[in-house]
Amino acid sequence: MAGLTGRMSTVVKAKVSKLLDRAEDPAETLDYSYQKQVEQLQNVKKGIADVVTAKKRLQMQEATLKQSVVKLDTQARQAVSGGQEDLARTALERKNVAQTELQGLDTQVAELEEQQQKLTDSEQKLRAKIEAFRTKKEVIKAQYSAAEAQVKISEAATGVGEQMADVGLAMQRAVDKTENMKARADAVSELEAAGTFEDLTTLGSGEDDIDRQLKQLSSQPAVDEELAKMKGELAPAAGGAAAQIPASSAGPGQGGQEQPPPADAPPAEGGRA
Amino acid sequence: MIVRVSTEGQYELEDEVLERLHELDDACQAAVEAGDGERFHACYEQLLELIRGEGSELEDDDLRGSDLTLPPPDITLQEAQSEFSAHGLIPD
Repeated sequence: MAGLTGRMSTVVKAKVSKLLDRAEDPAETLDYSYQKQVEQLQNVKKGIADVVTAKKRLQMQEATLKQSVVKLDTQARQAVSGGQEDLARTALERKNVAQTELQGLDTQVAELEEQQQKLTDSEQKLRAKIEAFRTKKEVIKAQYSAAEAQVKISEAATGVGEQMADVGLAMQRAVDKTENMKARADAVSELEAAGTFEDLTTLGSGEDDIDRQLKQLSSQPAVDEELAKMKGELAPAAGGAAAQIPASSAGPGQGGQEQPPPADAPPAEGGRA
Repeated sequence: MIVRVSTEGQYELEDEVLERLHELDDACQAAVEAGDGERFHACYEQLLELIRGEGSELEDDDLRGSDLTLPPPDITLQEAQSEFSAHGLIPD
């Protein structure tokens, strides 16, 4: 058979026979292989534990970001009530950035969760295979020393060798996957911690970051809309102060930017009166 | 006939399935050579489904040797192109 199947079969057979040819004492080889499998399974388990740790770290960052969102929202409302529209706008822009990052983290955490489940499943399957191997190797060893039935043993050994090689391959791939996932989660985590995290919660700093400004630019309409809404909601309660900056006239004064009228914001006198 | 799906397990198949398996295998191989990852994954998944559907899975302690060995289900196109190529994995 040509194709992938043919190639794989050739490769595996070559590997297994190399493994068996080298073995001077089959019993010793079997014991050693089993030992290696058990050790490798520990690596898989450790890999899964690392992924869980990375996931927890992201979840903690999620919690912090959620707090920031609430805090920035409160600050924006306070600023609107106090008639400080620029400050309110800055708070809302940061809230917007925080919410976007929160979505990204959500996706990452969900992905890690799914992968963790898959790896845990395959770890259990591998454990069962290794346990089966342990039992089987004792049977083969007993046959070997008792009868020296060479042919039969070499037949059995081929299957054992194949299974051994395959369990080894499965574990290697599992470990590689955990390392990959951990590295990705760590990268996200570090980016969050190093980047926007700190100044997200403090107003009035970190304005010169180009990325931030670009993000703010794209979030401008959403911020405008939210600001108008907020002003509408707070207008009746705040009385005179808020009435000076009604939603409809917010546009021209703000940095010379053309602002579309908020599509679904309630009128200033409406809201939650 | 016993077929092993690497990292997954062994399946016992009727010999009649071999012909269909062979066709799919050739198609997969062609996709690999064309460097078409999407086609390769779709094709290989189809091949695996054939084996899982038609075959009966062997128990963990059934350690008979396989007649055929297939790459792992999560094989990447790059792996199919390099590691599992005629020279890549064969020990020196």
